[in-house]
Amino acid sequence: MDLIWDGLREAVRIIRTGDYAIWEITLRSLLISGSAVVISLVLGIAVGAAIAFNEFRGRNLVFSLVNTGMGLPPVVVGLLVAIFLWRSGPLGHLRLIYTPAAMVVAQTIIAAPIVTGFTAAALRNLDPRLRTQLYALGASRLQMLWIVLWETKLPLLAAVMAGFGGAISEVGASAMVGGNLAGDTRVLTTAVFLEVNRGNFPVAIALSVILLALIFVVNLVLTMVQQQERM
Amino acid sequence: MDKAKLSIHDITVRRRETDILRVPHLEVLEGEVLAVIGPNGAGKTTLLQVLALLEKPAKGEVRFEEQPVRGRELKLRRRMAVMMQDPLLLRRSVAENVATGLRLRGVPKSERRQRVRRWLERFDVAHLAERSARKISGGEAHRVSLARAFALEPEVLLLDEPFSALDQPTRESLVEELAAALSETGLTTVFVTHDRNEALRLGHRVAVVVGGELRQVGPTAEVFAAPVDGEVASLVGAETVVPGRRIAAREGLVSVEVGSQVIEAVANGVISEDVLVVLRPEDITLTIVEDRSPASSARNRLRGTIVRITPVGHQARVAVDCGFPLIAVITKQSLEDLGLQPGQEITATFKAHAVHLIPRERAVPTEQAAGRGL
Amino acid sequence: MKRVFWLVALLVTLVAALGLVACGDDNESKETATPEAAATATPQAAVTGTPQAATSTPVVRSGPKDVILATTTSTQDSGLLDILVPVFEKDSGYNVKVIAVGSGQALAMGQRGDADVLLVHAPGSEKALIDDGSAINRRLVMHNDFIILGPEKDPAGIKGMTSAVDSLKKVFDTGSSFISRGDDSGTDKLEKSLWKKAELDPKGKSWYEESGQGMGATLQIANQRDAYIICDRATYLAQSDNLDLVVLVEGDPILLNVYSVMQVNPDKFDLVNGPGGKAFADFMVSDKGQQMIGAYVDKKSGKPLFTPDAGKTYEEIGMKTPFG
Repeated sequence: MDLIWDGLREAVRIIRTGDYAIWEITLRSLLISGSAVVISLVLGIAVGAAIAFNEFRGRNLVFSLVNTGMGLPPVVVGLLVAIFLWRSGPLGHLRLIYTPAAMVVAQTIIAAPIVTGFTAAALRNLDPRLRTQLYALGASRLQMLWIVLWETKLPLLAAVMAGFGGAISEVGASAMVGGNLAGDTRVLTTAVFLEVNRGNFPVAIALSVILLALIFVVNLVLTMVQQQERM
Repeated sequence: MDKAKLSIHDITVRRRETDILRVPHLEVLEGEVLAVIGPNGAGKTTLLQVLALLEKPAKGEVRFEEQPVRGRELKLRRRMAVMMQDPLLLRRSVAENVATGLRLRGVPKSERRQRVRRWLERFDVAHLAERSARKISGGEAHRVSLARAFALEPEVLLLDEPFSALDQPTRESLVEELAAALSETGLTTVFVTHDRNEALRLGHRVAVVVGGELRQVGPTAEVFAAPVDGEVASLVGAETVVPGRRIAAREGLVSVEVGSQVIEAVANGVISEDVLVVLRPEDITLTIVEDRSPASSARNRLRGTIVRITPVGHQARVAVDCGFPLIAVITKQSLEDLGLQPGQEITATFKAHAVHLIPRERAVPTEQAAGRGL
Repeated sequence: MKRVFWLVALLVTLVAALGLVACGDDNESKETATPEAAATATPQAAVTGTPQAATSTPVVRSGPKDVILATTTSTQDSGLLDILVPVFEKDSGYNVKVIAVGSGQALAMGQRGDADVLLVHAPGSEKALIDDGSAINRRLVMHNDFIILGPEKDPAGIKGMTSAVDSLKKVFDTGSSFISRGDDSGTDKLEKSLWKKAELDPKGKSWYEESGQGMGATLQIANQRDAYIICDRATYLAQSDNLDLVVLVEGDPILLNVYSVMQVNPDKFDLVNGPGGKAFADFMVSDKGQQMIGAYVDKKSGKPLFTPDAGKTYEEIGMKTPFG
């Protein structure tokens, strides 16, 4: 228990003094995971709408693939992405390994199935006649998609929350493809991991507290928006 | 010659390897209300969706104002409005719902506001403008749906069983409101319904769809009076439907001139000058012409000639020409007892209560009338 | 109005994302705020290819600016690189990406060409890379030592023994709790070689546990369990405040932890930054680098953590052969 109290105190000290480049690391965590979620959202909406609105032969197969993707072990994703991005790998010449971009790629692969699955489910639940009515009102396909997304705002927000949660709590893949480089690719989760390995438990707990606070704040904002819409 | 606003040429609609609708030719004339009737699953909705350019036929062509629609579907859809069975309102305020179509079509903001207000008022739902569309009653939702469609000020209005989900009284009042609005605007309209009375009330022409085929299309009275086959006949009730003109009204009795005859009907409320006279064949009694006419309470006794007798099971359908075509149905037994023959002189008797009058506000444009013998 | 807000928020995030991705390949020379330790106005060693300059003029004119240094977690955890790397970056203009992994993985990266230069301390395993041509120009940099820690009670009675191998034999005979790294790291390899010399195999014994984790974490486990453990002195010094374990055996030459720097062969692997790797290796053995190594002390005890050895032979510092 002392460890946790020490950790909490350390957390306050770190925030006050800006030690361990805490602000830089926090911002980086937000940006990387945020980017991953945004890209996942674009992908998720495109793929989710395609499979929700069109009947085609392999439809159920695609649905199962997406659902399987949701359960992908992040560390496996990290390993596969690393293998591709290493210099010895097929995409080595892109020189993406050990950069924030590589982390965005890995986190996107982890978050995308989550967001796609939620989006597809939400869109599938829509009355198909609504789309016909919207076309009848004069909507182009893009306009129809926009309006329909606005109608399913609530489940989409849930998708974003789930995707963001998955991305920001990710540590294995991020460390493997990012290298946990100070000032470059270190984020909250990989920093926690590093300090645990070094035996600096108070610092590790402090960083964990800050990470939890961050996730909480983000979810709070999204939930407030969700609740407002419900009214 | 009337222009065809919309026309269909040799279309086939296919779903999962089967043909569900085949129409060699159909026109929707400018300014008319075309009612589409048929049993459930016959293809009425599909036909409407093809006309609304929401469904692309596997074969054949749709034309708008004589020009093929290929490549212009979105543009043309924005000149039409569709009202479906379920109002399907979005999760926003009522006013925003009505404005949606306008916004999609690029109508500028000030005009949008005007039109929304005007049509919400027209259909008596202006007081709900700011309310969330999810918090209004079914009837109110249908009115909003009507407002939404009319606000688009379309060139063609298509309605797919718009009131079938409502209770009878609400339905009737909405039908009346729609009739009034249609008559005011003179919109070219396609109206799908499974209620033959609505077809009678609103339609200038009627198209009958059975089993994925267009069985008959023509002026309402004609189709109802002269169904082309048994299935159509059962759909329309094989009634006598003839146009008439009210010439007098007193003490709950209305006199209607039909052709050279005068028919008396029991009618409450105000009856317009132009009416459709509808008689159910079961209500007509046939008596052999005699010198002495027995006193009976039936107010209508019309002399005519039997034109055709069609046995239908244990009944017989007798078509009589009394100056207008009249259909009676009698038992086979009676047919034999009376020894009725085509060409025979006969008196058709029916009560004033049996006469069903359908008001017709819109005087059908004279060219149409001339062209199609109304 | 709300719609506009969300659209803007989305746009902002998208722009930020694009910005991140675009700047992913960070080629700028980094300046972290670590003061140059004890290295003052010492003239730089004659490192070929690097022009001497009192002021730090970035020398990279063409080719990639990134240098991937594969090293071990214990090396990074000692904090030495936090001092050395920024100085090198400032002097040379290169941007060093320090990838700290287990010894095994660092060497494997070298064999795949996934790094430019290696700073490792597993002499026995380093031979393979020189033999197959994956690495070139192996040079001795520094050394420290391993120590055997254990509970104060010392149930195996190894305190003060001079032979590490013999002390392990006693641990084995008494069946005393022992925690191993078990992760193919330099420490782990040394431990395994000691057992081998003792001709004993502790694997599978109930008192022998493998953590599979870094030195710091494994130390904590040993601490919790009052177990014996082989540890590098640097990590021990860094954590001694948190530990109840004490030093029981030290000084045996076999416990030497020898650090060498090797360049990954640019002729064998296309994407390797040859000049960059060489520059870093040269820096590690340069006078300036060596001076900084010698001056690096543990924060708490004030004791130096490494002994700089550049220029000496492996035999001079006590090894039987350059590879152990």
